[in-house]
Amino acid sequence: MKEPIIKLNKIIKNYNNIKVLNEVSFNVYQNEFVTLLGPSGCGKTTTLRIIGGFENVYEGSVFFESENINNIPPYKRQINTVFQNYALFPHMNVFENIAFGLKIKKTNPNIIEKKVSKILSLVGLGKFEKREIDSLSGGQQQRIAIARALVNEPKVLLLDEPLGALDLKLRKDMQVELKNIQKTLGITFIYVTHDQEEALTMSDRIIVMKSGNIQQVGSPINIYNEPVNSFVADFIGESNIISGIMKDDYHVSFLGKDFKCVDYGFKKMEKVNIVIRPEDIEIVEKDSGLINGKVKSLVFKGVHYEIIVVSKSFEFLIQSTKSSKVGSTVSLDFNPDDIHVMREISYE
Amino acid sequence: MNRKSKYLAFPYSIWMLIFILFPLFLIFLYSITMRNPNDIKTITFTFENFAKFFNPIYINVLIRSISIAGFSTLICLIIGYPVAYLLTKTSDKNKGLLILLFILPMWMNMLLRTYAWMTILGNTGLINSLLNILNLPNINLLYNNSAVILGMVYNFLPFMVFPIYTVLNKMDVSLIEAADDLGANGVTIFRKVIFPLSLPGVISGIIMVFMPAVSTFVIPRLLGGGKNVLIGNLIEKLFLVTRDWNFGAALSMIILFIIFISIKILNMLKIDKESGVSL
Amino acid sequence: MKKKISKLYLTLVFLFLYAPIVVLVVYSFNDSKSRGTWGGFTFKWYLELFKDRDIKTALYYTVTIAVIAAVISTIVGTISAIGIYNMKTSRINLFLNINYLPIINPDIVTGIALMILFLSINIKLGFSTMLLAHITFDIPYVILSVLPKLKQLDKNITEAALDLGATPLYTLRKIIIPQIKPGIITGFLIAFTLSIDDFVISFFTTGSGVTNLSIEIYSMARRGISPTINALSSLMLVVVLGLLLIINKRTTLQVKE
Repeated sequence: MKEPIIKLNKIIKNYNNIKVLNEVSFNVYQNEFVTLLGPSGCGKTTTLRIIGGFENVYEGSVFFESENINNIPPYKRQINTVFQNYALFPHMNVFENIAFGLKIKKTNPNIIEKKVSKILSLVGLGKFEKREIDSLSGGQQQRIAIARALVNEPKVLLLDEPLGALDLKLRKDMQVELKNIQKTLGITFIYVTHDQEEALTMSDRIIVMKSGNIQQVGSPINIYNEPVNSFVADFIGESNIISGIMKDDYHVSFLGKDFKCVDYGFKKMEKVNIVIRPEDIEIVEKDSGLINGKVKSLVFKGVHYEIIVVSKSFEFLIQSTKSSKVGSTVSLDFNPDDIHVMREISYE
Repeated sequence: MNRKSKYLAFPYSIWMLIFILFPLFLIFLYSITMRNPNDIKTITFTFENFAKFFNPIYINVLIRSISIAGFSTLICLIIGYPVAYLLTKTSDKNKGLLILLFILPMWMNMLLRTYAWMTILGNTGLINSLLNILNLPNINLLYNNSAVILGMVYNFLPFMVFPIYTVLNKMDVSLIEAADDLGANGVTIFRKVIFPLSLPGVISGIIMVFMPAVSTFVIPRLLGGGKNVLIGNLIEKLFLVTRDWNFGAALSMIILFIIFISIKILNMLKIDKESGVSL
Repeated sequence: MKKKISKLYLTLVFLFLYAPIVVLVVYSFNDSKSRGTWGGFTFKWYLELFKDRDIKTALYYTVTIAVIAAVISTIVGTISAIGIYNMKTSRINLFLNINYLPIINPDIVTGIALMILFLSINIKLGFSTMLLAHITFDIPYVILSVLPKLKQLDKNITEAALDLGATPLYTLRKIIIPQIKPGIITGFLIAFTLSIDDFVISFFTTGSGVTNLSIEIYSMARRGISPTINALSSLMLVVVLGLLLIINKRTTLQVKE
């Protein structure tokens, strides 16, 4: 297997006697778009800053192209960062900001001019060289920050929630643009966000974190369809999470009923959590499905209806393009491979 | 940012040791020692310098200094608070100009400003000359406590106005609007909202006036004459004329003590008010 | 009605502030020494001022010491402020408390303390002692001016510079100092002004004929009223007014930008 371009090995980080990162290990491969995903305080930004060189580790090592870079300061790493608040130099104009890294490397001024011009076109801000930073909008500043980092042709680009301050439409446009830039330039991106939709859209692989621990690593489809625990299931997409018992291989029981499923390898009668995605449940006529229930609420969401059906005191969340009458008794139907069984371990 | 850059302050810390801490230590040393009367080369440790202070003459000087300084501070507060308040009310285009005009006298040399009052209040000064022209007798306006107070107020008034102005200016207008909306009239709004919130500025102003007022020796010397000795004059005389450094040092310690106590008390009030302000 | 009272009150206070200064200026042109009579318009006091050797020496020393002290204290103060900014919090408070002592202590105590220091180690009072004293009370004000600007710095901007390949020294030169420049300049101006105007501390720490304007005015004033002082006042007023107008223009220009 190819050597990873970045490797984190059992990183432990403490802050004020709180363990912020607990033996975090993962690999990042060349040209990958990897996302660190998790709620506030899960340690994703700290991890990114450790890779960038802005934080020390208590224990563990960071490898860049197989070389231990624990003690190498940020200005000697071939890694660049796009900061959440852009961190553009206020006393310099756009050109000087972008050229900053190139000037330090004593690049020929003519080449600097060409490179700056090229990167500005790439981010869609051609001819912006002379503009002052405070005359730019949020989205423009954002792209200058990206340009400033990219123009140095780093091997790895770190992005710390760069789209957080933008409005929804702009954010979605930028997600596409960033993905395109990454594919065009062939640079490895390590991206941090708390927005699971953003992660699912842009990433080749997602690393889900909670309270300093990695919960799951996998492709977007993989994580969405096979969440390894209830936290991941709940964090990614909408879910219905029900407690149940794994009676036997391919045989699970919950809400007082037995169901055929596709999971195996659990202990007999092991307590488990079951995840069923809202879009996998179909509402059918009473008694003609797997479980009966009463429609509690119906909300029109534009793309679909969001329907809550109460069955044996569990509230199922269902997404359907067909509406249902509130108060009516219906039946819910889903396939065995829509039932995802997970161990009932809580990762605190 | 950089582990090494915290050592940048190291050279200056040596400077502080030599030129700030050590001199103060020397004053302390002088205040608790005296030359041995039998053998002038040696010194003995003693509290006699402080004991000397508890003489009615010197206590009077201290009391006079504190009361004159205190009274001047009070007048500065009474005159200055409305000035600060009205300055915040002026329109923005006039504000800059007015503040500039207010600062200008502050930038004039303090001795010149004090001297100016000498020329107005003196026996051959402006007021008395005008009286003479009207065939009226001279009034002794100079070389008394009132002249000293006048000089102090004149010199230190801006130091009272500016902290209050700064706090008032930064005050959130919506607080006043809220009080107004809840039915409070002008006086109540001032009493319950504006004044309490401006208190940190008032206290800063009091400190910035009282401190130089209680320790100055120029103003009492020029405007008070040789008679109205305040503690600053006393200290000056002891060091430069009488050459009784030990007693002078003791008085310096006393004045430091007074100032630190005042600041401590006033700051406690400040923190109290800043944390416990209510509408 | 309320507005009229406010206007009246402010006018009165301003009259109070300016009356003495106006009197000084007016009488600087009075041909007679007496305050009562107007002897005619004259420039003779100004001429006497220019011929006065004591005043010229005092002016020379005042400006020289102010410039040297302001420059040195700005450099030392700025570097120290950067050092303080990077210190551990526990150390910072101790450091700052000592640093601010010259600001908190009454001038007379600072002046006497320094005088005792110099005399105790047998340094003759004169130009160097006065200069050392000025630097000592100027540096805290520079630190007071620069430190807040450092605290306001966006940490990410410094990190961005490092991230892009700048060494800490380069970052200091090209990123940090340009951003704190307003604080440095203000610190310099405050130090300069304080030194120009200082009386008490200079009074106690100088000797051997070295004097400054304030000390000179003090000795003249103690001898009695002299119109030469008035002439000096008018000139200083003009200079100060000019300086303030320039500073005001600069700040309004900066605000407009």
